[in-house]
Amino acid sequence: MTAQDQHLENVLARGYQHGFVTDIESDTVPPGLDEETIRFISARKKEPQFLLDWRLRALERWFTMKEPHWAKVHYPPIDYQAISYYSAPKATTDGPKSLSEVDPKLLATYEKLGVPLHERARLAGVAVDAVFDSVSVATTFKAKLAEAGVVFCPFSEAVQSHPELVEQYLGSVVPYGDNFYAALNSAAFTDGSFVYIPPGVRCPMELSTYFRINAAKTGQFERTLIIADAGSHVSYLEGCTAPMRDENQLHAAVVELVALDDAQIKYSTVQNWYPGDAQGKGGIYNFVTKRGECRGRNSKISWTQVETGSAITWKYPSCVLLGDNSVGEFYSVAVTNNRQQADTGTKMIHLGANTRSTIISKGISAGHAQNTYRGMVSVMPGATGARNFTQCDSLLIGPHCGAHTVPYIETKNPQAVVEHEASTSRIGEDQLFYCLQRGLSEEDAVNMIVSGFCRSVLKELPMEFAVEAQNLLAVSLEGAVG
Amino acid sequence: MTALLSIRDLHVKVGDREVLRGINLDVPAGEVHAIMGPNGSGKSSLAHVLAGKPGYSITSGSVTYAGRDLFALPAEERAREGLFLGFQYPVEIPGVNNTYLLRAALNAARKHRGQPEIDAYDFLEVVRGKARQMHMDESFLSRGVNEGFSGGEKKRNEILQMLVLEPRLAILDESDSGLDIDALRIVADGINSLRDPARAIVMVTHYQRLLDHVQPTQVHVLARGRIVRSGGPELARELEQRGYDWLLEEAA
Repeated sequence: MTAQDQHLENVLARGYQHGFVTDIESDTVPPGLDEETIRFISARKKEPQFLLDWRLRALERWFTMKEPHWAKVHYPPIDYQAISYYSAPKATTDGPKSLSEVDPKLLATYEKLGVPLHERARLAGVAVDAVFDSVSVATTFKAKLAEAGVVFCPFSEAVQSHPELVEQYLGSVVPYGDNFYAALNSAAFTDGSFVYIPPGVRCPMELSTYFRINAAKTGQFERTLIIADAGSHVSYLEGCTAPMRDENQLHAAVVELVALDDAQIKYSTVQNWYPGDAQGKGGIYNFVTKRGECRGRNSKISWTQVETGSAITWKYPSCVLLGDNSVGEFYSVAVTNNRQQADTGTKMIHLGANTRSTIISKGISAGHAQNTYRGMVSVMPGATGARNFTQCDSLLIGPHCGAHTVPYIETKNPQAVVEHEASTSRIGEDQLFYCLQRGLSEEDAVNMIVSGFCRSVLKELPMEFAVEAQNLLAVSLEGAVG
Repeated sequence: MTALLSIRDLHVKVGDREVLRGINLDVPAGEVHAIMGPNGSGKSSLAHVLAGKPGYSITSGSVTYAGRDLFALPAEERAREGLFLGFQYPVEIPGVNNTYLLRAALNAARKHRGQPEIDAYDFLEVVRGKARQMHMDESFLSRGVNEGFSGGEKKRNEILQMLVLEPRLAILDESDSGLDIDALRIVADGINSLRDPARAIVMVTHYQRLLDHVQPTQVHVLARGRIVRSGGPELARELEQRGYDWLLEEAA
């Protein structure tokens, strides 16, 4: 092993900086999943009958389904009956009316994570719907949003205040039987975020949610539903980190986006969940279903993600391009280090005429990590004039990691234009030496090279998020030299 | 007074191959030294070793730079101490803004010297002026480092970086190769503008033509890892006429 490799290993061995556990009494149901559990959750949340029925159908379907194993990820079998499916911070059964009612320990948790909730919200003009475990505990800027007619609230609140919207749109993009994890989520989801932008409204601020996994052995089953009505615009930010754990924690969220005529949704994610220790022990399993439907003409859905965390990531934010002239975009940076495994990508399903999609994927692999891009571009017979451009680039840091690209292209319309470009490179010793010779430290040099590699994705992020993402890349890869 | 750069009996290997076989060289401040020699004689290896490029093992000898043991300093420290290498083949770093890298480089050196960092606005003034001097369009400043630059543009960009960083010792590895006549003059003017009693410049070159524009104090001929002849500017002219063979025969 050369001195440089040794240095690389040393720096990569840095511990996770967000590891701690907040001591709050949790109101947790015993482990296991059956009809009783679902009825408990639904009753606890005072849900209408349609939702309980939907959950039960999902559960029934889930029992008939098998865990998928086609992804290039490896992990020990998960015992779904050993997971507790409901956990709520105890004091919040009725929900806090304001920040002053929020458990100070919770607020301190956000402080440690660098999310000074009210401060940040006020200064940055970002409305934050913070999810702590399974129940939302603080919501800000509601008044300003309400003025614009925007609904932005915890999912469980939307079930009470806008049941008709929930009933109309829930499961309309990701049906409860879509896949194993989506079925599990549909049956057992506890909370999440709900957004509705009325026709013609440009949402006056970026919407943001910070997810957090805290109670032991509690699976997180978030459910997010965003509806952009005709001619509306919304930009939604999702970011998260998690405390250190010895056991793997399952996270199986579902995100559904609906864009009607001329509507635009921009969904940005910075994901920094605990990736496990250097041996890969204890990290989060992130099995997420994210899908957006461009239901209306000229609508547009754009996914941007910076993924640096989790032991295992299984995630394919996708776009169903139903409306004519609709546009789907996927911009992704996925970083894997140590023993992390990521199998991520997107699906672009072209149904409408003149639909266009763009996929830019940047995979960065270091340590012993495996990073797979898996993407599908599918053009159906009616999608005359459809176009896709895909670019997948992989950057390898060090000799032990792997990068894989698995593109599926399927066109049933002879006029469709589908382009795919792919590249794999290592951080060149020459690039590194060039920077060192100009006086930069090795850390700064690697950060600069990696940021340059990711530039075309990072520039798609909202400004305040781009800074956060850049910092995250720096922390994830500091000193990682090939 | 000791030389700014002082090389004593330097032996260097790449793998099993000895590429430098006992180099002795003194470069005092205020002087410009040209290092010439046939392909594979060790010119670039010498430049790389001085700058601290990995892959070379120093088997014996010493190098003193500004009174310090050069090999005790990692590459980035050498740079911050004012040692600049103009690369023969400047590498492309896609997506990294040219100005951004250069400002980071200048600030790394300023920080090292205990000076305050220069802000983006002031820096832009400086770099714009230097770019004009190098007849480079401002658009180069906002492009990726060497990304899509022609060979000549890359070389000019190297000299631009040198002018901004104002090194004490500039080692220029074939900064003249691949340049047309106009570009050669611009590069030469750039190098001349850096001449200063406090600085030294070491130019590795194949051709007399750069030396027509940048008058060297001394010329050294490197062959098979050794300096086989040193002289004044007239030595370069002699080489231009006679080639290297007669020197190689003498050295053999």
